[in-house]
Amino acid sequence: MTTSLVDVNEDAVQTVHTPDDEATLSEFVSRILEVAKSGGATAAEVTAGDDIGLDVKMREGDIDTVEFSRDRGFDITVYRGKRRGNASTTDTREDAIQEAVNSALAIAEHTEEDSFSGLADPDLLAVDFPDLDLYRCDPMDVEQLKEAAQTAESTALDFDEKIYQSDGARASVSSNCVAYGNSLGFLHAYRSSSSSLYADVIAKSSNGMQRAAWFTMGRQRSELDTPEFVGTKAAEHAIRKLDPRPIPTGEYPVLFDQTVAMGLILHILNALSGRPQYLRSTYLLDSLEKQVTSTEVSLKEYPFIPGAMGSRAYDSEGVATSEKYIVENGVAKNYLLSSYSGRKLGMQSTGNASGVCNLTVETQTLPLPDVLKQMDRGLVVTSLMGQGVNILTGDYSRGASGYWVENGEYAHAVDELTIAAKLDDMYKNMVAFGDDVETRRNIRTGSILISNMTVAAL
Amino acid sequence: MTETVSNSAKQDLLTAGDISDRQLDTMMSRMMSREIDRGELFFQCRRNESWALEQGIVKSAGFSVSRGIGARAISGEKSGFAYADDIQLDVLEQTSSAARSIARVGSSQNTNVPVKRQIPQFYEGIDPIVSISKDEKVKLLSRIDKFARSLDPRVKEVSVSINANHESTYIYSSDGTDHGDVRPLVRFGVSVVVEQNGRRENGNCGGGGRHDLSWLYENETAEKFAREAVRQALVNLDAVDAPAGPMPVVLGPGWPGVLLHEAVGHGLEGDFNRKGTSTFSNRIGERVASPLCTIVDDATIPNRRGSLTIDDEGTPGQRTVLIENGVLKGYMQDKMNATLMGVTSTGNGRRESYAHQPLPRMTNTFMLAGNSDPEEIVKSVERGVFAKTFGGGQVDITSGQFVFSATEAYLIENGKITVPVKGATLIGNGPEIMTRVSMVGNDLELDLGVGVCGKEGQGVPVGVGQPTLKIDQITVGGTQA
Repeated sequence: MTTSLVDVNEDAVQTVHTPDDEATLSEFVSRILEVAKSGGATAAEVTAGDDIGLDVKMREGDIDTVEFSRDRGFDITVYRGKRRGNASTTDTREDAIQEAVNSALAIAEHTEEDSFSGLADPDLLAVDFPDLDLYRCDPMDVEQLKEAAQTAESTALDFDEKIYQSDGARASVSSNCVAYGNSLGFLHAYRSSSSSLYADVIAKSSNGMQRAAWFTMGRQRSELDTPEFVGTKAAEHAIRKLDPRPIPTGEYPVLFDQTVAMGLILHILNALSGRPQYLRSTYLLDSLEKQVTSTEVSLKEYPFIPGAMGSRAYDSEGVATSEKYIVENGVAKNYLLSSYSGRKLGMQSTGNASGVCNLTVETQTLPLPDVLKQMDRGLVVTSLMGQGVNILTGDYSRGASGYWVENGEYAHAVDELTIAAKLDDMYKNMVAFGDDVETRRNIRTGSILISNMTVAAL
Repeated sequence: MTETVSNSAKQDLLTAGDISDRQLDTMMSRMMSREIDRGELFFQCRRNESWALEQGIVKSAGFSVSRGIGARAISGEKSGFAYADDIQLDVLEQTSSAARSIARVGSSQNTNVPVKRQIPQFYEGIDPIVSISKDEKVKLLSRIDKFARSLDPRVKEVSVSINANHESTYIYSSDGTDHGDVRPLVRFGVSVVVEQNGRRENGNCGGGGRHDLSWLYENETAEKFAREAVRQALVNLDAVDAPAGPMPVVLGPGWPGVLLHEAVGHGLEGDFNRKGTSTFSNRIGERVASPLCTIVDDATIPNRRGSLTIDDEGTPGQRTVLIENGVLKGYMQDKMNATLMGVTSTGNGRRESYAHQPLPRMTNTFMLAGNSDPEEIVKSVERGVFAKTFGGGQVDITSGQFVFSATEAYLIENGKITVPVKGATLIGNGPEIMTRVSMVGNDLELDLGVGVCGKEGQGVPVGVGQPTLKIDQITVGGTQA
């Protein structure tokens, strides 16, 4: 395990979590809840975390950075009746616990009464804790990470002479333990792990430089794309962006490549979330049982898939998650609600206080070449820039680059474009779906074809 | 005075962990017993308090503390980094050992002698969290809520927030750096939703800086933010679809300077240029913008959001000319990239926290005023867009492409500002767009103090600014092709 360069055994051994850490962290949470109670809180909830990580970045064949991380801390919310106060700290010493609890209690003396506030409804709290197999942690081994990153990088650099240089390849392992407890008696802790690999390369031609990256993640190394695959993908994408040619401003079909399709799905989930609903700041106001996407599409959550990145038995308030449709055959079936936003809307929490779990786009899919044939002539977007998405008005306008398709096939790179439309039209005009679904991410979708958007170009 | 602030930050941080100067020296010698160029210990404690009003109720508030150490060992282009959330001697030992694991066995040549010098201070070492009481914060939020609602019956939702941040840092490095800093930072924001005939629009305005919260009570500052948020939202009720395609664009003064931040700022950060990955790499001395453009990065403006007495590597904050009359003059540097490029740090080494490594980052970046009357600039456009308020932006420093998104914009027809248009993203290529700046106003303004810049997952507070300026052609991303 030792090389002339990295002398890890002597200097730093990064350990991973054991089941004992779950017990320790649970006990820590109940101790903080006790402190809150004796300080005068009528109710309280605490989340504590302990994250260990190792990250190695290689650049041009040599180590660029080795980073060891350890993050601990907790977050407490206390209630004095209907008044709420919150505190968080990275300091876990006894006096710091007291200080954080006191700060939260002091704040709760000054916030105003909010009749909708409070812990989750007791009958919604999770009672079953299936083993979701979320902890498959690889060893925190600098050599292994170094080798994976180096292979990814060298594969990319050797892929083609147009690859000008690497901006680094990065391999990481993280081991996480989290505990949540509240004064209703809920207390649970679990461990989870993740491994990832990333390569970022630059291709160059007489017309300039283009950058592209490829990223893969999973619970453990064996689930990742291989380093060779990561390097190849990064290189292919960078080369595919070289020598962009102009296209005229106009209305065209637009295909969101799988890597950017996830973001597209996030906007509608945001619009169907509780807070924008009760603040009346979403274009999908009062949209339950109304059509919000193409009828060909369903969006469904699967929280209990063993080992999946988005699996969890309960949300950040202890509310049990459940398998359910958010959108079924184009019709909105559920908002994504926390206890608070649920009460504001006269509904119950949907167990989505911490977002969606393995949200899956369910529809008829086709091989990507067939989707391109269906598109015939149009734009494939592989990267998006900027924040031009307004959930309130439903207006969408973002910077885009990718490639142009003629006769259903790659024609040339395009960049410096904007794509714009109404979100409502975009979701209703989703007309074809690729089978290139990435199941290792929390949003499970392949590429998505939208029949018509405004594309502006120089 | 700086010496006092520097020392008090150091004492606060080290005393909490019962760490003596001698122990620091021992730690540094151990780190340097390996062949490394520089060892660095960074101590930080940041306390933050935030209050938020929503739907007429001050319903949530939070207090957070983040305290820890970051240890870094640098050897050429390599760095070893470790951090921990506890300022204690044993933790410091583990952290610094982990950091030095990148180095070869052998010992460092460490010849630097600590030099103490007087550093000018660009803000006071105060704690803004206690500058007004909790009760006063609650009252202020409620007052601004009522005030915003009183401005127009179409105002349906109002959210108001106050944020106060107090940060102590201390940097101890084998190059002799031994400096601390105390940084206050506050931010206030108002966001509204208005409704008319079933159409809803939003408006946002906020500001802040490195000072206390009493500024909100001076000259009706808090009320001004509310008035501006409501004004923007009401304008947007009448907005028509934005045009699509290349056209002349006039940018208003102040926050639209996010243009410079994206179009040139990031591309002039030292790390990208050392690696040769920026579109501006190896171009010092070349014309990269219209001769009307002089752009600086300035950490020394008193009390601004992006200002720094010292950066996160202990280098004093300074003013760096990036582009002068269109010619590229210099990059923004941290110590590592400066050393590797054979120059000195420009005081731009910044990090989000002890848990992040320093990178070359901007402070307050803006374009100096020109000679044109802003009205004349608008008059010179036959058909185009006047963009007054922006959200954020983003850049790909390798291709040079950048975007920024207008949230309040108008059509210009025959030299006159006519109807408001919906928010749209503008996209261009940094070096190309900067050569198309054809008029620069005499009305330089800095933004109100809300910017957060993200890079490699690290957010740091920054400022931007510019006078009114005209770009002859840039792509506007509306829906009307």
